[in-house]
Amino acid sequence: MRRRQFFTLPAGGALLVYSLDGQPTVSTSKAERKVALKFFTAEEALIVEAATSRIFPTDESGPGAAEAGVTVYIDRQLAGPYGRDRYRFTQAPFVEGSREQGYQGASNPRQIYRAALKGLVDLPRLEGAQQDLRLRAIENTPFFGLLRQHTLEGMFCDPMHGGNRDLIGWQLIGFPGPYMSWANDIEKHFGEPHRPRPQSLSQILNRKITPWEEQEP
Amino acid sequence: MTTLPATDVVIIGGGWSGLLMAKELAARSSLKIIVLERGKPRGSKEYIEGMDELDYALRFRMMQDVAKETITFRSTSKERSLPVRQFGGFLPGDGVGGAGEHWNGMTPRFLPDVFEMHKATVERYGKSRLPEGSSIQDWGITYNDIEPYYLKAERLLGISGLAGNPMAGPRSGPFPTPPIKETYFGTIFTQAAREMGYNPFPVPCANLSQTYRNPDGVIRPACQYCGYCERFGCMVGAKAQPTNTLLPVIQKQKNVTLKTNAQVRRVLTEANRATGVTYVSEGKEYFQPAEKVILASWTLNNNRLLMLSKIGNHNTGRNLTHQVVGAEATFFFDQVLNRYMGSGASNVTVSDFDGDNFDHSKLDFIRGAYISSPAYGSRPIANFGAVPLSIQSNWGSEWKKAAIAAYDRTGRLRSSGEHIPYTTNNMDLDPAYTDHLGDPLLRLTLDWNDNERKIHNFISSKIEGIVKRMQVKSYVMAVPLRRYDVMSYKSTHIQGGTIMGSSPENSVVNPHGQHWQVPNLYVLGASTFPSNPSGNPTLTVLALTLMAAEKFPIR
Repeated sequence: MRRRQFFTLPAGGALLVYSLDGQPTVSTSKAERKVALKFFTAEEALIVEAATSRIFPTDESGPGAAEAGVTVYIDRQLAGPYGRDRYRFTQAPFVEGSREQGYQGASNPRQIYRAALKGLVDLPRLEGAQQDLRLRAIENTPFFGLLRQHTLEGMFCDPMHGGNRDLIGWQLIGFPGPYMSWANDIEKHFGEPHRPRPQSLSQILNRKITPWEEQEP
Repeated sequence: MTTLPATDVVIIGGGWSGLLMAKELAARSSLKIIVLERGKPRGSKEYIEGMDELDYALRFRMMQDVAKETITFRSTSKERSLPVRQFGGFLPGDGVGGAGEHWNGMTPRFLPDVFEMHKATVERYGKSRLPEGSSIQDWGITYNDIEPYYLKAERLLGISGLAGNPMAGPRSGPFPTPPIKETYFGTIFTQAAREMGYNPFPVPCANLSQTYRNPDGVIRPACQYCGYCERFGCMVGAKAQPTNTLLPVIQKQKNVTLKTNAQVRRVLTEANRATGVTYVSEGKEYFQPAEKVILASWTLNNNRLLMLSKIGNHNTGRNLTHQVVGAEATFFFDQVLNRYMGSGASNVTVSDFDGDNFDHSKLDFIRGAYISSPAYGSRPIANFGAVPLSIQSNWGSEWKKAAIAAYDRTGRLRSSGEHIPYTTNNMDLDPAYTDHLGDPLLRLTLDWNDNERKIHNFISSKIEGIVKRMQVKSYVMAVPLRRYDVMSYKSTHIQGGTIMGSSPENSVVNPHGQHWQVPNLYVLGASTFPSNPSGNPTLTVLALTLMAAEKFPIR
């Protein structure tokens, strides 16, 4: 049994999120929050936090991976069935194939992360521009491909998966969430933004929805 | 192995074709019918909790469990085949309803000359225009033969559409329901296409525009345009699915039994007669004897089961095709589109360059593609990130700012092209990899050829013309078609391998699905299509199933 490790999510209270119609929404997280890590060590989590914050930065165009909780999202995915390749055909032999045959590696996402993060231990201590250089150097690796994809997932997934905290990603781009009906809206609002307040699936259904990663053994 | 009491008919697969065949046969006979479905029961109630992009659209929660069974792939017979380790290019379904649960619901009819493509091409352009290595052949039926069944299938599903498309085949009756509502993007595309002199029409679809009661008395409500069709089940039942259109009838038919978690491994034969099937359920093996066996699983499984059962003729596995679908243009508007609203079939299409709707005399290819303007409801993970060409990176501050601005201002046009069959594109059993039960996987040998590449280039230039007419700020055209790959999603319209035809010499089954060598075995579904038209296949699968049911011998 590994010792419990924690990751600190930043406070988001000062952030104003502007959706496309120009209406500011105040993010509701007022304080820092300590989250128990399920897969990463605390050190690894800081590397992932630094890297995803360069992929989807917090800057003048709005909040980014840090506020959305992308690191927490990735930690949960790697700890769950996805991380151990429950959703991939893993029969040997593993043979290098053509580009058209897709990823044929033996490593699962956990192994890919763990190996790649070993080469980035100094990343959190570097300046932003130097962090970018380090990431540019690996941007064509399978690891970086996963990291970029997981950053988008953590920004824009339903919050039940641990990312998109306070629906910050959806507010940022004007996505309202899985509303049940647009039948009365679809023929209106032509050429102008229609931006109902974003809601998660749990908020819309008014009950807790359990994500797949918590249902699979 | 436990031997079960014999039955009249056993149907393998509980999707569109299997359940439709069960319903039809049960309605017109007292035959005892058992449907074996390898997946789980499913239905609308659970779909409301399934409106989650990550689990359903990205982790494929409704699809075949790829960890247990996949297919292998190679571009040519000279290469080593390797497993498709994660689905990408197509998404096999699983569970009751199969892929018919998580489809988009587009239901065009095939163009009339599709069924006689060989004859029509040779007559109009001469034999020399058939591409080298192609194995084009006629279906053994004509559009006039299938037309009444198209209409019947449309009434069963309540197809919404607008009649009068000069680029579509003739109709003997109206669409059961009017077209669905237009999206803003759809109106922009329609106007531009009209200005170009084309014929834009809403694609006919199984997503209802209004409440509809079908001839079986099944009532379904109107579409809500929630944007969760493709890769999701419909939570209100507006999109026709086997579970909301066929199952309510089947559940009342006393002579049909639907068994789930029953994975068929072999069709057994004795002296050119099928005697039944073996299947595995919860770790136990069963033999289900039957007078007649109907194979109605998906294209790839139909082929695999015939091969595993060693029921073949020299035609089994040939004419493998996959509709040539791609995003051809991505472009950016000044104004916002609200593109989270939509239906899986919110799609205005232009068929002016489809099939032989245009003169090929001076062109160096045959057949064509339809142009589509999807407004399916844009979910954020898969759709965030497109930026104008001026942005060099796909991560970092500059990209993020541009991608946020572009997110709801991005439109796409796609093409859906015909894939003619070639002798080099086929299926057999893989020599190395097996499923979780130890049975060999199916092996695809498949690549694009010049005819597809030329269609693609031609249609891309037409698309670029429409894009310019839409007055976009900037646009990006897709790269030319090179080789077939199994990663980028095209469609789930893989076809062929158990093709129908006019004789045992040129096909596996006759036009009513009856196997030429094993006459009490029937094969249903798109595996019987000798070629892959540009149109979405489900309506044709249903029409052919209705035809097969009518011809099915009932004592």
